[in-house]
Amino acid sequence: MIDFGQLLTVGFTQLIGPSAIFFALLALGLNIHFGYTGLLNFGQIGFALVGAYGMGISVANYGAPLWLGVLIGMACGVALALILGIPTLRLRADYLAIVTIAASEILRLITRSTSQTGFTGGTQGLTGFGDAFAAANPFTQPTYNILGLTVRGPDLWSIVVGWTVVGLCVLLTWLLVRSPWGRVLKAIREDEDAARALGKNVFAYKMQALALGGVFGALGGIVFALATQSLTPDFYSPPQTFFAYAALILGGAGRVFGPVVGAMLFWFLLSVSDAFLRQATAGENPLLPFISSQDVGAIRFVLVGVFLGLMMVFRPQGIFGRRREVLGDGR
Amino acid sequence: MSPPRTPRRERADSAGTVRAGAGPRRPSVPATARWLIGLLVVLVGGLALSGTALAATTTPPATPQAVSQATAAPAQQTDGIEVSGTLRDQDGEPLAGVTITAELDGAPAGEATSEATGRWELTVPSAGSYTFRLDESTLPPGTEVLQGETVREVSDGALNTVVFRFGEEVAGGAGGGFAMFLRLLVDGIRFGLVIGIAAVGLSLIFGTTGLTNFAHGEMVTIGAVVAWFINVGGGVQLIPATIIAMLVGALLGAANELGIWRRLRRRGAGLIAQLVVSIGLGIALRYLVLIIFGGRSESFADYTAQTVRNYGPIALTDKDLSAIIVSIVVLVGVALLLQKTRIGKAMRAVSDNRDLAASSGINVDRVILFVWMLGGALATLGGVLFALSELSSTVQYEMGFRLLLLMFAGVILGGLGTAYGALIGCLIVGVLVQLSTLVLPLDLKYLGGLAVLIVILVFRPQGLLGSKARIG
Repeated sequence: MIDFGQLLTVGFTQLIGPSAIFFALLALGLNIHFGYTGLLNFGQIGFALVGAYGMGISVANYGAPLWLGVLIGMACGVALALILGIPTLRLRADYLAIVTIAASEILRLITRSTSQTGFTGGTQGLTGFGDAFAAANPFTQPTYNILGLTVRGPDLWSIVVGWTVVGLCVLLTWLLVRSPWGRVLKAIREDEDAARALGKNVFAYKMQALALGGVFGALGGIVFALATQSLTPDFYSPPQTFFAYAALILGGAGRVFGPVVGAMLFWFLLSVSDAFLRQATAGENPLLPFISSQDVGAIRFVLVGVFLGLMMVFRPQGIFGRRREVLGDGR
Repeated sequence: MSPPRTPRRERADSAGTVRAGAGPRRPSVPATARWLIGLLVVLVGGLALSGTALAATTTPPATPQAVSQATAAPAQQTDGIEVSGTLRDQDGEPLAGVTITAELDGAPAGEATSEATGRWELTVPSAGSYTFRLDESTLPPGTEVLQGETVREVSDGALNTVVFRFGEEVAGGAGGGFAMFLRLLVDGIRFGLVIGIAAVGLSLIFGTTGLTNFAHGEMVTIGAVVAWFINVGGGVQLIPATIIAMLVGALLGAANELGIWRRLRRRGAGLIAQLVVSIGLGIALRYLVLIIFGGRSESFADYTAQTVRNYGPIALTDKDLSAIIVSIVVLVGVALLLQKTRIGKAMRAVSDNRDLAASSGINVDRVILFVWMLGGALATLGGVLFALSELSSTVQYEMGFRLLLLMFAGVILGGLGTAYGALIGCLIVGVLVQLSTLVLPLDLKYLGGLAVLIVILVFRPQGLLGSKARIG
């Protein structure tokens, strides 16, 4: 039978775990892109990839100190934004979508190519970039007990660091969207021509927004790689971007806290339903005999896809969003 | 001649500019919601039914690595990685009872014996670079082994297929630089035509509705999967099976338009919302196919292995040659349809200026429905040809998504929304992809096609045949 206690434990562990942090950072970046500026970046995972690999390669291959590696990772995010933005930001919105999704696939193919094994580790990925991070861990006990959940010391360290980074990004977003700069972004989202008529350099603002959100995405990749001490190319596959979009839309695009709440809720729901389906399809007398336990991983992609489409049509402001503050219904 | 029946609520957007949510919007339309959900249920149910039928007949359950590939959660449990392949001799006959061994750094890591279908599978403990070897003493006499030992990088979450080669070395194959170039060029034209067949629908749909349809790749996959099911499950020879599958593809296109897109246009959904919906639909369909069809590549029953024939310096298998001929015939047919027939004229008119077309008495909805059906049928054909000529006669659940990005590259290169431009663009992308293997390693061969996408947008964003007005 279904062990609901275990489901909840799984859910609450995931609520604050590295994956929730990862998607929160990705979604925070997408919020700048999509929520505030109206840019359709469908390759956010590519930014996470360059962030993680920029850090991983400079630390593991060239022996750079970790702080420099992190800066390099963030700089890679900016560089990718420039490469993608220059050809596309003057064009119709869908060009950016096509190019970003293609670029994220290009990057994944390059990093996993066997010809690059010496540089990126190929399909094996990179290791040995996180030693400095682990060494800085102040939580030296093997386990800690927080609100009834048992957390390993290293995990607690990465959770604390991860949520601090999320907090800083939220703070930055909050400050920026209240500034004149943020108001220009919203003006671009609402009516690009009007913003241009007011003498604003729309291209430059879009590019800045793309780069800033890209850096958030790169930070997501960096934090996740450090938290899990692993860096493999196939983790950075296109569906992760859709997960981040689902988290963003769930929480409400164009709200400062929307992506964070959305990512936690999204990952909570996803892991609980995943654990439920696994329990329900396994064992002697499964609750759902018509579903194979091997299909559980795929089922949640189907649900996310349907969810994304339906939300976009019927409740684009998300669960907590205000209807006015949403792209597509702005005036 | 029917009077123009353009719905009042439909937003005219012929210039193709993105203006989010400019259209009138009913506050909430439960009827539409019911329709959408109903359609999804029907779609899911239909696919699930065919899936259970499949499972009953031939399909083994999805492999573990297919699932771990689908699972995005960082924590994955694996107990070994599965490697498989199919042995067919120089005449395409399956080889049964042949022993295959796997070695890692000289130490044996696995052994398998091929079944009556020639299929074999073994499990290796971890990822790494393995040497796979045929035990030649277990081969039937008269088998000509060309390559009985191969080194392959086995990785988790990928399709690990090992190929052994039989037959004689093709004479044209090693004929120096120019012959190589020529061979890749012809192969590139073949690949470009296949991309083109699949992409014409994408381009026409964009031209008539302004929708950037990210789910088009899934139409390609589903087309190939349906053809595979009719071919292998239904025992129909592949050519009639493909024709039946194209009809199914046309129906699928119509279902798409009637069930989702026409309703969204009437609600005044912005193009960005439509684009996100198409992405969501694409993901949902891709993983539905994974659930039903499984994550491993499945072979068609016909035309699996063919010998290469020499035509002067060029060497082609019969199926590659047929792929070229079929594509050319179909594309010429599409061109004639666009130029000579009434519906073709109407399609061009709608593509050019939707309001003008509507006010001159063209039933725009009917034209768009026809475009979707045509696109669905062509996507199916493209899927079958792609599977036959590029994926060594196998169907895979991810094939459409892989092709999608190349289709976009070709379509944008030629000019979004222009049918002929799409064809030229796809040809260039196909040739580029194949020629790039001269300098790039094989697993990066799609890179050139995608890189051209970014380069063309810098220098000529409207594409080769596009007009400036479209790019907004």
